[in-house]
Amino acid sequence: MRIELNGSDAIVPAGASVADAVQATGIDHGERGVAVAVDGEVVPRGEWSGTTLSEDQRVEVVVAIQGGAGEGDRPGEGFELGGRRWRSRLIVGTGGFRSHEQMEQALVASQTEIVTVALRRVEPGAEGSVLELIDRLGLFALPNTAGCYTARDAVRTARLGREAFETDWVKLEVIGDDRTLMPDAVELVNAAETLIDEGFTVLPYTNDDPILARRLEDSGCAAVMPLGSPIGSGMGIRNPYNLRIITERVRVPVILDAGVGTASDAALAMELGCDAVLLASAVSRAEDPAGMAVAMRHAVEAGHAARLAGRIPRRTHAEASTPMEGRPEL
Amino acid sequence: MSERRERFDVLVVGGGPIGLACAWTALRRGLSVCVLERDKVGSGASDVAAGMLAPVGEASWGEESLLELNLASHALWPAFAEELRDASGMDPGYSRSGALHVALDRDETEELRRQHELHREHDLESEWLTASACRELEPGLAPRLAGGVFVPHEGAADPRALVASLAAAVRVGGGSIEEGVEVVRADTGPPCSVRTADGRERSAEHLVLATGCHSGQTEWLDPGERPRVRPVKGEIVTLRERGGERVCSRIVVGDRLYMVPRPDGRLLVGATVEEKGFDTTVTAGGVHELLRESYRTLPETAEMELVEIRAGLRPGTPDNAPILGWGPGAVVFATGHFRNGILLAPATADAVAALVSGEAPAIDLRPFSPGRFAGTPAVAAAPGPGGSG
Repeated sequence: MRIELNGSDAIVPAGASVADAVQATGIDHGERGVAVAVDGEVVPRGEWSGTTLSEDQRVEVVVAIQGGAGEGDRPGEGFELGGRRWRSRLIVGTGGFRSHEQMEQALVASQTEIVTVALRRVEPGAEGSVLELIDRLGLFALPNTAGCYTARDAVRTARLGREAFETDWVKLEVIGDDRTLMPDAVELVNAAETLIDEGFTVLPYTNDDPILARRLEDSGCAAVMPLGSPIGSGMGIRNPYNLRIITERVRVPVILDAGVGTASDAALAMELGCDAVLLASAVSRAEDPAGMAVAMRHAVEAGHAARLAGRIPRRTHAEASTPMEGRPEL
Repeated sequence: MSERRERFDVLVVGGGPIGLACAWTALRRGLSVCVLERDKVGSGASDVAAGMLAPVGEASWGEESLLELNLASHALWPAFAEELRDASGMDPGYSRSGALHVALDRDETEELRRQHELHREHDLESEWLTASACRELEPGLAPRLAGGVFVPHEGAADPRALVASLAAAVRVGGGSIEEGVEVVRADTGPPCSVRTADGRERSAEHLVLATGCHSGQTEWLDPGERPRVRPVKGEIVTLRERGGERVCSRIVVGDRLYMVPRPDGRLLVGATVEEKGFDTTVTAGGVHELLRESYRTLPETAEMELVEIRAGLRPGTPDNAPILGWGPGAVVFATGHFRNGILLAPATADAVAALVSGEAPAIDLRPFSPGRFAGTPAVAAAPGPGGSG
């Protein structure tokens, strides 16, 4: 019999199931994040074999794209970054804490799995160092190139980080000036290309520029990490429209990096479609860092769940949540 | 051993301001004391420190116990300095000029207001000043100033002068100080015995560990017994007047630096905070930042002579508070003073002298106990020999 499979005609045996149709696409259906719709209705994975198709039905088999809200992007399910699955969508920087004890308490409270460490400011082998603490908590230390102003400096720092931290991952920062700490786009793209060529998993800190984000994605970065506002400013997301365009158009994970001041900023980033949020000062410089870390954890989860749940449209005028029609006249 | 064993009431390991202050205070209680210093007295963090006595300026969120200890020690300083001057015949360079915390732009003002609020919450002496009031106090401040906070009773001691006068007071008081002597093995007792690299043995009722940033590596303690101390690097620049007016007469604290004037015309500009292990390299970036900030705050600093640039290692702890109290056996820990070693010398010395005399210290040492850190084997949470916990 004939069906429409992903927009083209296809012939399948009579009585074929949804599972057979998926098979026919050649998509690895064992993979997570494969979704099927029959005549526009999603068929849950558990019902693929039991759902038989009939003549002329329209079947769409799609692979969820990282950064989009496909199947496999459920509240509390975590996300994929650099080929690894992470439960927590909150990444915490280790800068600015008043003491190691406050840092430890905040990292535990945040339930983060990835923490960033400035290569320039931390000596990996030092006794009692931040890294000892990170190891003890079983977290992944992601080295960053904070403080680098040229591509050459950032590349060199990343290479040192690979030796010292025994990881190919690097959060790439190339700063334009020390007043704004905004990224230098040209140097950033150059450094990213070099590092990707050398086999690094590159996570670039970038401006909230959709075109630049695409350039970074095209060059092979594992994620793009746009700022919400300048590092440490706590001004939140100054250009939500740009951020939305980035999350809509970029297929690698989008991680908001910089600008978060309080929990609502982190929630907004997730509502705008970010896959994760990276923050440091908002927690480390809070009066109670562990308390703020809890708030951020909930905010990221709440924002993510809200995006998946689908918000109502904004209206100019009120609409009563309980309709007037059908109420008994008393 | 061919040599006769030397016996003391107290052996102090580490000849910095903390170890020397403990030694001097124990001597004044009539105990016999010997200080063992691996290098020269005062060759560690104190040789590089500015010596600020700033309990209010150091106040921070979530560090209430430390604030209380800092305030208590600050209150002891005037008498401590006076008695030390009398005992040693030398001046520890103690002064109480007050500290002016300044904000140079809107962002710094917001941050300073937040700190001022914290001061008020804790009833600390701290006054918000307008820009012009700040410049009346210190006319050398940059005109772009946005406002400031004046803390009247804060001051400084000159750490090198302090070490010299403490060492003199210990010797005058009948204590011995041995330099260039490294402890290689120790029995934590009681009674304690110590073997030094030169093969000599000394014994004592109590051992005081005051080796600052090195105490976390104490070879003669089991790894689990060592205090949780790590080195935290700081770079500091010393400038000097070339005649003419002083650029400032009070301590000036900015968002990213402090400047401490000395009576002899020097101005100490510090300090970076870096987690670099035992590295003491002076870096161009660190110095640049200090000089840029000092120029931004007090423009006249540009005309001063640059006399010294140093990097030192503070003894940092996980919660920024010192480690004071009973270690294993008859060992007393007096270490981990981080940014407050000079400030905390009197209170530390009093507490340690009380412990080794079998008395209760005047301050509650529980928040500073060596065993307080999670994941660290608790060392002698119960009172040690003759002590009171």
